[in-house]
Amino acid sequence: MDQWLDKHMGRLFLAPAVVLILVFSIFPLVASLILAFSRIRFTGGGFRMRFAGWRNFDKQFFGSEQFHLLGTFGPLSIIAWIVGIAATVALIWWMYRYCRTHFTMFGFVGRLITFSMAVCLVWLFAGTLLNGRAFGTVGTTLFYVVIGCGIQFVIGTALAFACSQHIAGSRTFRVIFFVPMMITPIGVGYIFRMLADTTKGPFSGVWQWVGLGNWSWATDPWAARIFIVIADSWQWIPFVFIMMLAAFESVPKDLNEAADIDGAGKWMTFREIIWPQVLPIAATVMLIRVIEAFKIVDLPNIMTSGGPGIATESVSLQSYYAWRSLDLGSASAIAYILLFITVVICVSFFNLVVLARVRAKP
Amino acid sequence: MLKRLLMGSALAAAMAPVTASADGHYDGVVINILTRPGPVIAGRIVERGAEFTEMTGAEIRVAEVPFAELFQKILTDWATGTNSIDVGVFASGWGVELVSGGLVQSLDDYIAADDKIDLQDIAPYFRDFNQKVSGETYFITLDGDFQMLYYRTDVLAEAGLEPPKTWEEYLTVAEAIHGKDMNGDGEADYGSCIFKKRNAQSYFAVQSMAASRVQSKGTAEGLYFDPETMKPKINNAAWKKAFELYKATGEFGPADELNQDIGDTRALAIGGRCGLMIDWGDIGPLSIEEGSQIRDKVGAVIMPGSSEVLDVATGELVACDANICPHAVDGINYSPFAAFGGWTAAISSTADDVKKQAAYDFLSYMNQAAQSNVDVTMGWTGYNPYRNSQLENTAAWVEAGFSQDSAENYLSAIKESLNHPNMASDFRIPGAQQYTGVVLDREVARYLAGEVTVEQALENIEEGWEEITEDFGREEQSAIYSLSLGITN
Repeated sequence: MDQWLDKHMGRLFLAPAVVLILVFSIFPLVASLILAFSRIRFTGGGFRMRFAGWRNFDKQFFGSEQFHLLGTFGPLSIIAWIVGIAATVALIWWMYRYCRTHFTMFGFVGRLITFSMAVCLVWLFAGTLLNGRAFGTVGTTLFYVVIGCGIQFVIGTALAFACSQHIAGSRTFRVIFFVPMMITPIGVGYIFRMLADTTKGPFSGVWQWVGLGNWSWATDPWAARIFIVIADSWQWIPFVFIMMLAAFESVPKDLNEAADIDGAGKWMTFREIIWPQVLPIAATVMLIRVIEAFKIVDLPNIMTSGGPGIATESVSLQSYYAWRSLDLGSASAIAYILLFITVVICVSFFNLVVLARVRAKP
Repeated sequence: MLKRLLMGSALAAAMAPVTASADGHYDGVVINILTRPGPVIAGRIVERGAEFTEMTGAEIRVAEVPFAELFQKILTDWATGTNSIDVGVFASGWGVELVSGGLVQSLDDYIAADDKIDLQDIAPYFRDFNQKVSGETYFITLDGDFQMLYYRTDVLAEAGLEPPKTWEEYLTVAEAIHGKDMNGDGEADYGSCIFKKRNAQSYFAVQSMAASRVQSKGTAEGLYFDPETMKPKINNAAWKKAFELYKATGEFGPADELNQDIGDTRALAIGGRCGLMIDWGDIGPLSIEEGSQIRDKVGAVIMPGSSEVLDVATGELVACDANICPHAVDGINYSPFAAFGGWTAAISSTADDVKKQAAYDFLSYMNQAAQSNVDVTMGWTGYNPYRNSQLENTAAWVEAGFSQDSAENYLSAIKESLNHPNMASDFRIPGAQQYTGVVLDREVARYLAGEVTVEQALENIEEGWEEITEDFGREEQSAIYSLSLGITN
């Protein structure tokens, strides 16, 4: 018996985790994949399910929901053509350089997927945003991801660096900076909705004073998106802050001291000593945030209900609204589209940005 | 035989309607009710539930979920056999889908054995239309819903204006009073307050505006489809005008009206900041609540009408005459819209017999005049009148805090709407929530936000409605839609 246990102990220890992953991750993933290719109607005694083929996906990309997911397309403007062609040429040049210098079949396939996604997104933006037309939930989600995560990373890292220096009161600020992350996203949504109310909120006097008393951010698509990014940043900067603070504090002090003795200035020390040390953690933090940001749903739901129109609706929120109306097939199809976009962008980011930097280190 | 007799006696005892005695004959019975978050609607169920527990021993548990998730929770609970909910309280129009799935208990036998519910006192629209599907009663009305126009009597009198009779007049009046200080706080107030937030109630308001242009021949004509083909009657000049009017009212409303739901606009109205308001019956009772700035300063009238209506054959608007608009008054066609239809309760068909009886007894208790005639006079409950006795007797309203004039004005507006032969019915077919709460709501929001033109919005709605009809089955939908239009007041 002891021998048997010794032999199988590894598997036994792994078994609970494997079972949990199967039950809570793999099974829902497979079930939702089946739903994505089905139409479901609830009725007495359960539900009726029929195979719908690609219909749920077709509806999103080419059918009645195209405007919702991708945006409203029209004849391309001159600017849209110029930007679209320039970006496409740049991407082709990037692929060409890769094929000429580091070609491997595995890498080529990966880059081809990245290239295809990038070209699609370029023309998506050219066909909608640069064309003066509304873009869909994919564009809105990417706005939250790129702008939101960018702001959060810069501010969170700056605050973490400041607190890693021995400045008076930095311990107190560490706690204060961390508080927003402990509030639920729904709470954050309501707080910001109240704070940003130009007519009844606590800052209504300020809005009146600057002449914006008769203006509402919630009725302007870009202002609404920006306010959601601000609320999202308020909540997630602490996450970047706490992770980067740990990273900055883990940099060996003797390296800084050696740089100091060698006469390096503050900026040079940061650029050449500290930043390369924290880069892997920074990349991981960014990756986690990007994955989370793709799933944003609470804030636009609470602050604007996806409005005005569908201007602040994210892909996750679109999926949630479809699920809420019991269109489970569409909800699953949208979720899989989001999963595909997230995986491609995150894997591309990790391979092409993070690993490239790590490999480039001397 | 003895066993059958005993069972029969037990059933007969169970079928006897509740009496106001603490007999504890439902000791140990728990009834789980699901509805929207309180205190509106849910709050009064909790209070009446406590009374019912004291009388019968049955425990009433009220669970609440957000309005937008209510129908889905009930449908999935009942369809999948989870059965954690015994009674759902929701919009009557949603119930048709539940009934078509065999998920709702028919109440005809229970009503036949109930000598306290006094069905004849319930207004015909709710008794014969809202509570029934295909002639069979499945729902108990707790709240009577349709929209009316409210106006500030003092503000209009000061401006020398009459309440608007048409939607064009609505804009004229709103423009004339917009910017006036209506509550004495020194701030400019709004000519019009109408909820326009997405995923809230805005799609009801635009239907109220469309009704008088789309429907002129009576309730049986319907607002939405050709009953034979189920082709949507949406992409036409009448709905286009309604969309444009709805957007135009925003010129005289709060800056953030696009992000305001019914709670926001009611707060403004009660705070005395609105000259004209569209709402269900709630503004009346809310106007006498503590802190209200509009006590005895608010009047109610039937929803404005139109002097031109839809010619279904051409899709264009034509001027009213005696043939085209048989119910018109002074050339104006009115069509008060039974938005939402009211909060109604349904019992799960899979609940056990004792629970069903206890649940019915509780719903009957809430619906009976002795209780409901009090509940409808309190604004916070969210319950609006649906019984004739509630409309005829002003004493309860005066006792609740109305002045005699206000009570008479409020109740006469309700009566005029409720008894109108051209009252427009809300959706009462499977998928009702998808047709309106998803497709119509989204396109209204996109149009208001300037994302699409009115023509594009109407085309998108037509396409979306056709998809839903196909999904549920055109013939089945056609049959149910025809049935839903079969009853007129």
